[in-house]
Amino acid sequence: MIAPPVIEDAELLAFAAEVGPSGPVAVRGGGTQWHVGGAPDHGVREVRAPSGIVEYRPDEMTVCVRAGTTVAELHAVLAEHGQRTALPDGSGPFGSRSSTVGGAIAVGRSPVTRLGNGHIRDAVLQLRYAAADGRLVTAGGPTVKNVTGFDMCRVLVGSLGTLGCIGDAILRTRPKPEHEQWVQLEDAEPQTVLRTARTATAILWDGSVVWARLCGHHVDVEDDLARLPASSAAQPPDLPPYRWSRRPKDLYCLPEETGRFIAEVGVGVVHCERPDPDPPPVAPGVAALNRRVRELFDPDRRFNPGRSVERL
Amino acid sequence: MKLRRRTRADGAGQRHDPCVAELIRALGADRVRADNAARHLASADASMFIDGAAGPVCFPDSTEHVQAIMGVAARHDRAVLPRGAGTGLSGGAAPLGDPIVVSTTRMNRVLEVDVEDRVAWVQPGVVNLDLTKQVASSGLHFAPDPSSQQVCTIGGNVANNSGGPHCLAYGVTSAHVLAVEVVLSSGEAVVLGGLEAEPSGYDLRGAFVGSEGMFGVTTKIAVRLTPDPESVKTLLLAFDAVSDAAATVGAVIASGSVPAAIEMMDKRCVAAVEDFAHAGYPRDAAAVLLIEVDGPRRGVEAETDKVAEIGRAHGGTVRVAADEQERALLWKGRKSAFGAVARVAPDYYLHDTVVPRSKLVEVLEAVYEIVDRYDLTAVNVFHAGDGNLHPLMAYDSREPGVNERVAAAGREILEVSLAVGGVLSGEHGIGVEKRDFMEYQFTSADLEQQALLRRSFDPHCRLNPGKVLPSAHSCADIASLSAFKADGVWG
Repeated sequence: MIAPPVIEDAELLAFAAEVGPSGPVAVRGGGTQWHVGGAPDHGVREVRAPSGIVEYRPDEMTVCVRAGTTVAELHAVLAEHGQRTALPDGSGPFGSRSSTVGGAIAVGRSPVTRLGNGHIRDAVLQLRYAAADGRLVTAGGPTVKNVTGFDMCRVLVGSLGTLGCIGDAILRTRPKPEHEQWVQLEDAEPQTVLRTARTATAILWDGSVVWARLCGHHVDVEDDLARLPASSAAQPPDLPPYRWSRRPKDLYCLPEETGRFIAEVGVGVVHCERPDPDPPPVAPGVAALNRRVRELFDPDRRFNPGRSVERL
Repeated sequence: MKLRRRTRADGAGQRHDPCVAELIRALGADRVRADNAARHLASADASMFIDGAAGPVCFPDSTEHVQAIMGVAARHDRAVLPRGAGTGLSGGAAPLGDPIVVSTTRMNRVLEVDVEDRVAWVQPGVVNLDLTKQVASSGLHFAPDPSSQQVCTIGGNVANNSGGPHCLAYGVTSAHVLAVEVVLSSGEAVVLGGLEAEPSGYDLRGAFVGSEGMFGVTTKIAVRLTPDPESVKTLLLAFDAVSDAAATVGAVIASGSVPAAIEMMDKRCVAAVEDFAHAGYPRDAAAVLLIEVDGPRRGVEAETDKVAEIGRAHGGTVRVAADEQERALLWKGRKSAFGAVARVAPDYYLHDTVVPRSKLVEVLEAVYEIVDRYDLTAVNVFHAGDGNLHPLMAYDSREPGVNERVAAAGREILEVSLAVGGVLSGEHGIGVEKRDFMEYQFTSADLEQQALLRRSFDPHCRLNPGKVLPSAHSCADIASLSAFKADGVWG
C-alpha cells in the first residue's frame, strides 16, 4: 500500500517556516501590481517566495516553477523548447518584466491575449502554498487533467495573497505558434474582426482603430489578412493604467466621458486613464461568501492586511 | 460494503417521512415523489455504489422551488442531494443517509442564447448535446463533450467539472462556465462569477465547478459557446505495438501540435467495437489512435500531414477520413466503446486515473499485468493526449468472489498511477468511490483546506454529505447522517 504524501522540499518548507503560524505577513512578488486591491499595511513583515525552475517537462507541456521567478525568466527558458505559458511576461508594451509567477497568479489578471490563449487561471495545475497556520499545502495536482478533490487552485488565482502565500506552481505550457504578428486595421468594425479573424489571439480597439494579434500557421494568418480589411504591420498601442470590467458587448456603448481607452474585443476588459466610476455591483450574498472564505482560511487576518479582493 | 449487483433500495423509506407533507405544500403534489419506485430510481447513479437510500425526490422547476426545498431541509435537519441525469461514475449522486433528492429533470430549458457575446444561460437539467444542437445554426457549440453527452446534463457537468475527448485542446467544463446561479444551504440564491470580463472577489465560480454537489444546488448556468472550427480532419492510426502508439502521442505533442483530441484503443477494445459498430478499425492492430485536428483550413491540412508523418515514422498505418460520413463512423466506434464491451462480459468497471504522458506505456503494461493476475479482462480506451487512462475491467458478477477481485485490481491500478506522479481522477470525480484514497494523494493539511472551502459554502454540511473528503476531514455530520456508516466502495 502506498504511504500518504510527505513534502520533502527543503526550500519550500523553509519558505513555509518563514511565513510561520502567527503575526501579520505580506508576500512580495515584483511589487508591480500593489495598486490592485490596495498595498499591505505599512510596516508589515515581508516575505519573498523562492525563485527558479524546479522541473520543466516540455513533452508533458508542464513546468514546476518557484513563485518568486519572474515570468520573463520562465518564458526565456520555455522559449528554448518553443513553448510559453498564458501568464503575462511584460513583453511588448504590456506589463512589467519584473512581474513574478506568484504575483501574476495572485493578481489573476490575464494579458491581452486572453481571447486566444484563455484565462491564466486555466493554466494553473497545482499550487503549493503556506496556509495561515504555517503548514505547507498542495492544491490541485501535477497532471494536465485532474478533478481530484475540490478545485482549490481557482480560489487562489486572483486571491491577492489573502488566503495563503504561494511558494510554487505547476503550470500548463503551450507551443508557440509558427507565426505571430500585430496588425493595424483601417476602417474595421471590431465585431467584424472578431467574427472573421480565425487566428486572432487579441483584438484591441480604441473607438476608431483596431489592432489584432494574429497567431498560427503562416498560411492561416495569410488567409485572415486576405479576409480582413486593409491592414499594415504595427506595434500594439500602450495601455492606459486602469482596468474596467465589462461584458464584451458593452464595449460598444461606453459613456462619452470614458476618455481615451483601449478595449479588449471579445473579452470585455477596458484599459482606461482613470478608475471605473461605475463598476458592476457585487450582490450582498456574494460579498458575504467572499468574507466567509477569507475568515475561514485566515481567521486572524495575518495575510496581506490592508489588501482586499472586495472592491473598495 | 462490497461491490455487488444492484438490488432494490430499502430501509428508511418505508417509515412515515415528516418532511414530505411540507415539501408538497411548498412545491405542489406533482413535484414531490415519496413512493418506493421514485426513491429506488434515485438511489444510485451509474457507479457501482449501490447501498444508498434516497428520501423524497423533488422535481423543482424554478430557483424559488429549490430555495423552498432548502428551507424544509433546514427545518428537518435533512441532507440535500442534487441529481442530474445520474450518469456519474463515482457515486457522487448516490444518496447517503436518506437525503432529500433535488432532481433537475424539469429545469431543462435553454433560457437565453447571446450569439454576439457567445454565451448561453441554461437551466441545469439541459442535456449537454441538446445545447450544441440548439445553437448549431449560429456556428457555435458547447465544447465539453463527455462520452455520456447524449444524456448527461450541464448541471452534472458543472458538478463534476466534466471533460471529454475534445478537452485536450478546449479545456474542461470549468473553462466554459462564466457564471452559475446556486442555492446555498442557507436557502440564499447567489450568482457566482459573471458575464463581465473580471468579476470582483475570489473566483467562487471556479471553486464551485467540480464541487460534486457539496457547495450548493445549481439553478442556472452561463456557459461559453465556442465557434465551430472552419475545418476538421480525423485520422485513424494503427500500430503493431501499444508502445509505438504511445510514442506517437508523445511525438505529436513534442512537435508543437495540440490536436483537438487524441484517443487510444487497444486490441480488445477494437475487437469489441468492430463487432458492434463496424467502424472499420483494423482488427489486427495492437493499438489504434483516433486523432482529430481542427482549426483554420490550410493549417489543418498541414497539421494532418505532420501527424500522419509522425505516425508512419513510428511504424503506424494511417487513414484520414475522406468525408464527414467516414469521420462520423470513426467517432461512432470510439463513442460506442463502452456499450460494445457488453459483448465481452455482462458487467464492467470503468476506472479513471491520470498519469504523465511519458508514463503511459509503463502504466498500461502494469494495468494488463494486474488485471490478468486477478483473472479479469482489461479493455483500454482512453484520452491518450492528456494521459487520462480509463482501464475497463469486464467481468461477470454472477461469478463468486469476482467483485472482490475487481475491487482489489482497481486499487492496485490507483497505486500504480499515483506512484508515477499521477492523480486519482481525471474526469469522473471522487464521490464515494475514491473518497478513502484521497489520503494517498493529499496530506492532512491539504484535506483540511479543502474542508474549509466546503464549509465556506455550506457550514451546515447539508449538501451531499459524506462525499469526496474522508470522514476525518468532513465537517460535523448532520443528524440524519451520523447513524449511517458510509464505507467507500472499495472499503
